[in-house]
Amino acid sequence: MTEPITPDTPAGGPGKPANDGSRRTFMKQAGGILGLALAPPFLSQAERLTALSRKVEGVSALSLKVNGTVRTIQAEPRVTLLDALREYLDLTGSKKGCDHGQCGACTVLVDGRRVNSCLTLAVMTQGKEITTIEGLAKGEELHPMQAAFLKHDGFQCGYCTPGQIMSGVACVQEGHAGSEAEVREWMSGNLCRCSAYPNITAAILEAAKSS
Amino acid sequence: MNNFSYYQADKAKDATSAKRADKSAAFIAGGTTLLDLMKLNVENHDQLIDVNTLPFRGVEMTKNGLRIGALERMSDVGEHPLVVKNFPAVSQSLLLAASAQLRNMASIGGNILQRTRCGYFRDTAFPCNKREPGTGCPALEGDHRNLAILGTSEACIATSYPGDLSVALTALDAVLTLENAKGKQREVPITRFYLLPGSTPQKETVLEDDELLVAVTIPQTVAAQKSLYLKVRERTSYAYALASAAVGLEVQGGIIRAAKVALGGVGTQPWRSPEAEKMLVGKAPSEAVFRAAAEAALRGAKPREHNAFKVEMAQNTLVRALSEVAA
Repeated sequence: MTEPITPDTPAGGPGKPANDGSRRTFMKQAGGILGLALAPPFLSQAERLTALSRKVEGVSALSLKVNGTVRTIQAEPRVTLLDALREYLDLTGSKKGCDHGQCGACTVLVDGRRVNSCLTLAVMTQGKEITTIEGLAKGEELHPMQAAFLKHDGFQCGYCTPGQIMSGVACVQEGHAGSEAEVREWMSGNLCRCSAYPNITAAILEAAKSS
Repeated sequence: MNNFSYYQADKAKDATSAKRADKSAAFIAGGTTLLDLMKLNVENHDQLIDVNTLPFRGVEMTKNGLRIGALERMSDVGEHPLVVKNFPAVSQSLLLAASAQLRNMASIGGNILQRTRCGYFRDTAFPCNKREPGTGCPALEGDHRNLAILGTSEACIATSYPGDLSVALTALDAVLTLENAKGKQREVPITRFYLLPGSTPQKETVLEDDELLVAVTIPQTVAAQKSLYLKVRERTSYAYALASAAVGLEVQGGIIRAAKVALGGVGTQPWRSPEAEKMLVGKAPSEAVFRAAAEAALRGAKPREHNAFKVEMAQNTLVRALSEVAA
């Protein structure tokens, strides 16, 4: 995973997971209004965080839970989730293609659902589980969808690939990968200008079978 | 995108009051249209009021029909068993629209209020009567291949609603529930919700500044259960309609007792066709009857140089939709 560059990066330096520091900051923020005494599991923390950030104006602290780690950025409410990931959290796996929800290169999962992060405001994803391409592999072990893309050569230039893989993961989870035609229809929000579609489709079908 | 303040409303009244107090504010649900247009500087708002935590959710059968909370997402409604079973045209219109990602994000209310894809509206380098009233309409003599042939005016020929869902809702007599800053609700049939462009194309619906679209109710009828949405477009998937048809038929004893017909992609607004319905009711379903209905539906069309093909395309789309639903 990329090193966190958030303002609250904990002591311990680069390479160390940011879990402790960011989590502490998050808890403090989340509990600020109602008090830590009622510290609850993540879901209600999220609600509290939302309560805290009911009005956001100008540069403000936004807490995002990305790939299981809560991290805080200082950003304006107009910052999209894509820009928050790429420019503030240094997670550049998610790509900016059209920036208008037309190409799918920015696809990430929010609470398990695939969305275009370029048309999502970061401020509105606080308290939600964000999963990016960087969060798929378990250490050195690739996610089956990543492995299938490698095996089937599901790319040429690679720019659309993170979005394709995230969308493919969701496509399988939704149960929309039962046939080639179904995969093509349900993956139509991810464009590939190299036109690697046959291989992308084959990769998703294989990953669907193995899941 | 201009900078703005973000406000997450807790109660409907907070949201509508905030909107009433700030003429430049906008509601945000899925944001898929709004942020797209704000990035283009077509829309500029100094405040976005997040309505996502308001209780306008749920898909349930009521005595008036199927009630869908305006904050439900397109993907969830499109695959909801009650919708698939009782309102196939609605399900199809949702699942044939946009992409899986956008359908996960976009709300039902936002879909109904989505804005035109006219290239001149979306590009601030051009004049546009809808974007800046009184500046003119370059589409009249310009690139209007994708634009409307029904309901147009000299001020605007945009397919003001370019989507799919409202075409199905228009055919099936859906009713929209609107709530204002006083907490008062009113019901507006979708057939009276959208406005023709006339000389004021900037005014697209009857929605007031402080009103929030909170629910859609679709009457449960035989024709709704036997309904279909057919979409014709440039590519197989993920494109706006060049022409589309939402149809519903009730056939008893070999005779059409009730017919519901609306067209998409060809009208300035979702285009209900009582003319076509009149040609269908009381007749036995046949290709000739469907053809006569399709001709009646397009009789008032005012095609232009680049979109004249839409007349025949819309007719053929309607004939095919009727043939498929009657089969």
